[in-house]
Amino acid sequence: MLKTEELQINIGPQHPSTHGVFRMLVTVDGETVIDLKPVFGYLHRNHEQLAEQNTYLQNMPYTDRLDYFNSMANNQAYAMAVEKLAGIEVPERAEYIRVLMVELTRILNHAGALGFLINDMGMWQTQLAFGMREREKILDLFESASGARLMCNYFRFGGVARDLPPDFLPRLKDLLRAMPAFVDEMERLLCENDILMQRSEGVGILPRDLALAYSVTGPVLRGSGVAYDIRKAEPYSIYDRFDFDVPVGTVGDVYDRFLVRVEEMRQSKRIIEQILEQLPDAQGGHINPKARQNVRPPVGDVYARIESPKGELGFYLVSDGSTKPYRYKVRAPSFINLTPLGDMCRGYRVADMVVILGSIDIVMGEVDR
Amino acid sequence: MPDEQEIQLDLERQGIFLSTLNRLYNWGRRSSIWPMSFGLACCAIEMMAFGLSRYDVSRFGAELFRASPRQADLMIVAGTVTKKMAPQVVRLYNQMAEPRYVVSMGACATSGGPFRDGYNVLRGIDLLLPVDVYVPGCPPRPEALLHALMALQDQIDHQKLGRLRWYGSGNKPQTSDFPVPTFGAKGLEVDGRLIDPVGGLPLLSPYNAPEFGETKTGSLEHPEIVRHFPIMDPTVELEDAFKAQGVSPEIAANDLKRDEVGDGKA
Repeated sequence: MLKTEELQINIGPQHPSTHGVFRMLVTVDGETVIDLKPVFGYLHRNHEQLAEQNTYLQNMPYTDRLDYFNSMANNQAYAMAVEKLAGIEVPERAEYIRVLMVELTRILNHAGALGFLINDMGMWQTQLAFGMREREKILDLFESASGARLMCNYFRFGGVARDLPPDFLPRLKDLLRAMPAFVDEMERLLCENDILMQRSEGVGILPRDLALAYSVTGPVLRGSGVAYDIRKAEPYSIYDRFDFDVPVGTVGDVYDRFLVRVEEMRQSKRIIEQILEQLPDAQGGHINPKARQNVRPPVGDVYARIESPKGELGFYLVSDGSTKPYRYKVRAPSFINLTPLGDMCRGYRVADMVVILGSIDIVMGEVDR
Repeated sequence: MPDEQEIQLDLERQGIFLSTLNRLYNWGRRSSIWPMSFGLACCAIEMMAFGLSRYDVSRFGAELFRASPRQADLMIVAGTVTKKMAPQVVRLYNQMAEPRYVVSMGACATSGGPFRDGYNVLRGIDLLLPVDVYVPGCPPRPEALLHALMALQDQIDHQKLGRLRWYGSGNKPQTSDFPVPTFGAKGLEVDGRLIDPVGGLPLLSPYNAPEFGETKTGSLEHPEIVRHFPIMDPTVELEDAFKAQGVSPEIAANDLKRDEVGDGKA
């Protein structure tokens, strides 16, 4: 065997498949990746530092910009943390609206993420266009409820900013009626597609033990065969009232993560259908009228976490009794899920590396914060 | 100009097409503005929506997102520019071939936006690059970005070949009143002198904000005052960048201190 020379190359920070401003310092031997060192911080915009200067409510729009694909999920995690700290109760109807929004967010996140993954595999923009088409329909609903497409800033302490508009539920029902066709079509076109399987089966295997050791969460962990979902493991909000399954992979490769996401979209739809049945009977309004928005929580600290579409999203807050958090820490799923990237890529080709990165589904706003 | 149009219309009725070289050039350029696929933060998602089927920027001939700056005409600065990313953005801009245009998309790229007070955030890309169109919003809707593209096309329509700095002989210097830094061995440089990469990046825009009642056109007026970057002493090494002239990071970060802002403990 010929001895070949190793070469260090940079991929990023400006690269079409690094999903933002992310840089990978890759050591390659020919086409084979020998080592990979992620370099980030290119989007470090001082989220946590700024949050300590703002009041609790002022931080709500900043959480939108953490993981800018799912602003509603970020809002929920932050609102839950502050409510736990200040002891605010949330009416039942508000909880239903919250879960409804977060599950819609999960669908749109996965629709987009799968589009980007297929994009990285070389099918330039076709699946992405399909995914974004579905996404726009959900964004229209978000806009009608919250006033903004992307940065919704919809949650408040003790509920949500305003009640659902009257035409929201009929439009949602229309959307749900059309949804399965989209997922089925995607499954029919892609799930047994030869090209996709060659690019993804057995690529970027993350073994179960390694996944647990790196404490990755979300679809990446479930793809590795660990049935861990915070919605089941520690049912927050009202998730104990719904009947849904947690899809789990077997091998832990890119294909498993792909399938897990497809199935999660179906399960989210199941949850939304149950919400639609139960929502008319829910007690209370869209917000707790006694909840003060300029909260001044007692001294103490709190950690609240949710299952965001990307994994465990947690907020750790320390209060010194003032109107501003003394410490504000985000446990960002994208960041933790990115750490095993080097181990997942070692030994594969450069072209596989891009696909593996796409299958983790990172958002740099959350990684660098 | 109206005379020209009259003559042209008159001739067109007789089946003769008459145009000026300016118009022909501008027509070609305005109809194929290829943006660089270059997303920084949240606005990049809206930039993608603007390129995909619903908003469909290919109606304007700008659908071809190029990954290489060498093939791109338009840089859409879509998101927060941090101090770590700013040299790369400038480097990408310098790698683009003329004619090149810059759209500052969103509040962050225009002024720092909600993250303006962060210690690591550049307060507007116009401190380093000449911006043609600003798009307000956080994030701007795709329609707003489409409007920005149309405003840019309008600007291109009014360009005259004889007055463009990039037309004609190759090695003309860039506009003297707007020195775009270059990416040197140690960081951003202007005329071979290092701009302080840590604290000395200028914090205020050279442009005046619109006053009350004043209407701003979409077009950019060049500032009358020559902009001065805080230039580092070339003998000083990067580790001592704090000692550079201009705004020191201590002063820059001073307004961020908790106790001075007042933490509302009352």
